[in-house]
Amino acid sequence: MTPKRKQKLFVILGLVSLTAVAVGLTLYALRANINLFFSPVQIAQGDAPLERQIRAGGMVKEGSVLRDPDSLDVAFTVTDYVDDLEVYYSGILPDLFREGQGVVVVGELQADGRMYADKVLARHDENYMPPEVAQALKEAGYSPADFQAKAAEVGKRLEAEGVPQANEY
Amino acid sequence: MWAFIHKLGSPKWFYGISAKLQPWFWAAAALLLVTGSLWGLAFAPADYQQGNSFRIIYVHVPAAFLAQSIFISMAVSGLVFMVWKIKVADMAAAVMAPLGAAMTFVALFSGAVWGVPTWGTWWMWDARLTSMLILLFLYLGVIALRGAFTSRDSASRAASVLAMVGVINIPIIKYSVDWWYTLHQPATFTLTSRPTMPIEMWLPLAIMVLGFYSFFIALTLMRTRSEILRREANKRWVHDLVKGRVEETR
Repeated sequence: MTPKRKQKLFVILGLVSLTAVAVGLTLYALRANINLFFSPVQIAQGDAPLERQIRAGGMVKEGSVLRDPDSLDVAFTVTDYVDDLEVYYSGILPDLFREGQGVVVVGELQADGRMYADKVLARHDENYMPPEVAQALKEAGYSPADFQAKAAEVGKRLEAEGVPQANEY
Repeated sequence: MWAFIHKLGSPKWFYGISAKLQPWFWAAAALLLVTGSLWGLAFAPADYQQGNSFRIIYVHVPAAFLAQSIFISMAVSGLVFMVWKIKVADMAAAVMAPLGAAMTFVALFSGAVWGVPTWGTWWMWDARLTSMLILLFLYLGVIALRGAFTSRDSASRAASVLAMVGVINIPIIKYSVDWWYTLHQPATFTLTSRPTMPIEMWLPLAIMVLGFYSFFIALTLMRTRSEILRREANKRWVHDLVKGRVEETR
């Protein structure tokens, strides 16, 4: 490689790495805004604003869905297996909505810790399987372990960052 | 090895070798795409939760793979062109951009269509969807930059720089689902672990991915060949080539 080409290569690599650092720092500074939703852990710790439209996400807790037989009103609990969030909603739920399924709810958090949702979106995990396999897994006692691991990791990270716990306020 | 790479940099030699390679890639693309589509759309089992709408994966995932791979190829070609002044690299980068933009659009569009039945929305400003939209804008920027200069050399250099800087977006797309909370689920396929779907589902998908890549290679070879003829129209070897063809037909 001639010295001129070498110099050019270094200039380009320098330019690209500087841009990468700039983009990285911007994304790091904006990380709270890039997260699509608050998890119940974050809401319990008081990170989410009250009475403003926010998004919260987690799994629909097994056995928590209550439907009003005369209307479209529904109440359920969103959990990340560390903390819970009570959600009230009136409207049509997506087809994939069910207990044990990931959801993102859009709505306002009330001072009493409940959330009134305007919209409920279903989240899908990265596992696909034919119905027979799903049945076999269910019989073998399958649990959404992936999500649990992620929630535990977030909890640990918040603790390490020294975010004050709810009971310290 | 080095001799081969040096030869690849010569437009005349590239024109010759690509003529021999091209039919193989077209044949592979046709065979794989037909097999993959039939298998994936008609014979693979439906998903336990999503039913048949899960079959969009057989278009969505290969298109998204290709959208990112083409951008990386464009950036590498840009680097080769800028540092080693190899013109064939720039010609290849120029012809790749429209296909990359089209694949990004296909990934975004099929994702939106898939989002309606599964998520309950066709668009959400989550990190994966937004970074993919930025990729589409980067492609459009590269294409627009090539058209914005009267001098071809300035256009090529501007487009190469944008491709090289824009490549930073690729790891952001890939890791967006791990770094932030998103509506989009994490990757089903990784190089390090087993796919989280059974073989009768991922085998047709793998065939579709290979088919998309073969199609990309075949189309890039074909379009680079016409770009070579266009840019080298005043060169001696092109004149001789055309003269030979004309005499053949007489």
